[in-house]
Amino acid sequence: MAAIRAKGASAAASPAVAAGESAPVATVKPVAAAAGPRPSVQDMLKAVREGKAGAMAAAPAPAVASGKAPVVAPPMPSKPVVASRKVEQPRRGFLMAAIVVACAPFSSAFNLAWTSITAVTGIATLGTARFMFPNVLVEPPSKFKVGPASDYPLNSVSNKWKDQYGVWIVHTDQYEGRNLIVALASVCTHLGCTPSWLDGEQKFKCPCHGSGFYMTGVNFEGPAPRPLERVGLRVAEGMLEVDKSVKFQEEMGQWVDAASFIELA
Amino acid sequence: MSVGDYIRGSQIWKSIFRHPAPVDRRNRIVVMLTNFFLHLHPVSIKQQGIALSYTWCMGGITFFLFLVETITGVLLMFYYRPTLEFAFNDILALRDVTTLGIMREIHRWSAHAMVITVWLHMYRVFLTGSYKPPREFNWVIGVLLLVLTLLLSFTGYLLPWDQLAIWAITVGSNMARATPVLGYEGPGAQLLNIGGFDLITNGSDARFLLLGSRFVSEATLNRFYILHCVAIPLVVSLLIAIHFWRVRKDGGISQPL
Repeated sequence: MAAIRAKGASAAASPAVAAGESAPVATVKPVAAAAGPRPSVQDMLKAVREGKAGAMAAAPAPAVASGKAPVVAPPMPSKPVVASRKVEQPRRGFLMAAIVVACAPFSSAFNLAWTSITAVTGIATLGTARFMFPNVLVEPPSKFKVGPASDYPLNSVSNKWKDQYGVWIVHTDQYEGRNLIVALASVCTHLGCTPSWLDGEQKFKCPCHGSGFYMTGVNFEGPAPRPLERVGLRVAEGMLEVDKSVKFQEEMGQWVDAASFIELA
Repeated sequence: MSVGDYIRGSQIWKSIFRHPAPVDRRNRIVVMLTNFFLHLHPVSIKQQGIALSYTWCMGGITFFLFLVETITGVLLMFYYRPTLEFAFNDILALRDVTTLGIMREIHRWSAHAMVITVWLHMYRVFLTGSYKPPREFNWVIGVLLLVLTLLLSFTGYLLPWDQLAIWAITVGSNMARATPVLGYEGPGAQLLNIGGFDLITNGSDARFLLLGSRFVSEATLNRFYILHCVAIPLVVSLLIAIHFWRVRKDGGISQPL
């Protein structure tokens, strides 16, 4: 049944093919078709729904007989036209509501006054909030050069950049036996104080609560729960360049990142 | 029950407003008496007493400008540092890089406007005879407020720390040298001496007290900053409250008694 309906539908959709297959029949039929009244649109629709191609073939046949290109008559849309009005209605309702809301402030002097006060207060509040965000920051740059790698001898900690930028440049081979230069942030991982490098004891010692770190930055005493953080370090134009905008935490496995150290031969 | 009824029925609302909506005469009076800000105002006034042609609304405009000055001034303090190193540059930064740095222009123009409206308010009070008893005490408070308004302008003038500011304060404060008895160039300064030793010198007279030094310096800048931002506004706020309160107690804004 489905196959028949499909065949009928294809015949209705492409009458030229159907006409070519049944050319002898078509020569006879046009006479009757031309003489009889043209089927109404409703009839054609009904025929298509019932799967009767024959009734449909009557209409396009004259065009084939006269040799003109067949005009394809598309089937009537199954969706009734009335439905589109239902779709528009809520839009129109929304538009009306929007107009009413937009006009409400102007409906009386009282409403206009309070709407204006509310609007001005709102704008002033937002403006004040924006005012509190400065456009210029007086802070050291997060990227800066700290000289060539040769400035930092093996197994030494440099305090040179600590006061200005808050980093130590450390050259050590004590971490996993690799010959590395790293930049350690001078911020204790306990509560954020600034530890000191004690050269005699070869350790970072925090004066606040006594946390201690090896030269490599790894914690070994006191309350600090994790090693000091490394910041970005790379070689740019022969100089070491520190990038404080990125940090690398040992306990999160980030010290393997090549951006967190310079490895020397 | 509507949302409005729910809010008005809540304890939070009732703890703030201890009365129904001011829709009748009794509740309007209760509202005036139980609100901190409104109670400074008269409970009732005659319609003619607030006619714009009679009051010019100059006192009200002056108070509005004082509020503008307070709000913009507090905001400007976030971006201004009263030191030799930063003062002038911070003013330039307000103009060049700070979003809504126009706040400073609003502050400055409102200050000019406030001096004008204070004078016009005083002029109006004089023309309507509102300085006469029982309002004579409030006239005196008003004169003090006028002087403090001028002092606010004078102290604020130095803060940009440009050439105009420094020399204007230099010239302005030079007048204090001529203060009778207490200015070292004023008449009678020589009277204050003990055994031939002068008590009033250029390091101990009224001008030195004002500047905090013998010439306009960083000490002056700091001194004027504190006077401008803290000391004078505090006194002005207190006097404004008394001024408004006395308007109510002395029989309303301006109508004949």
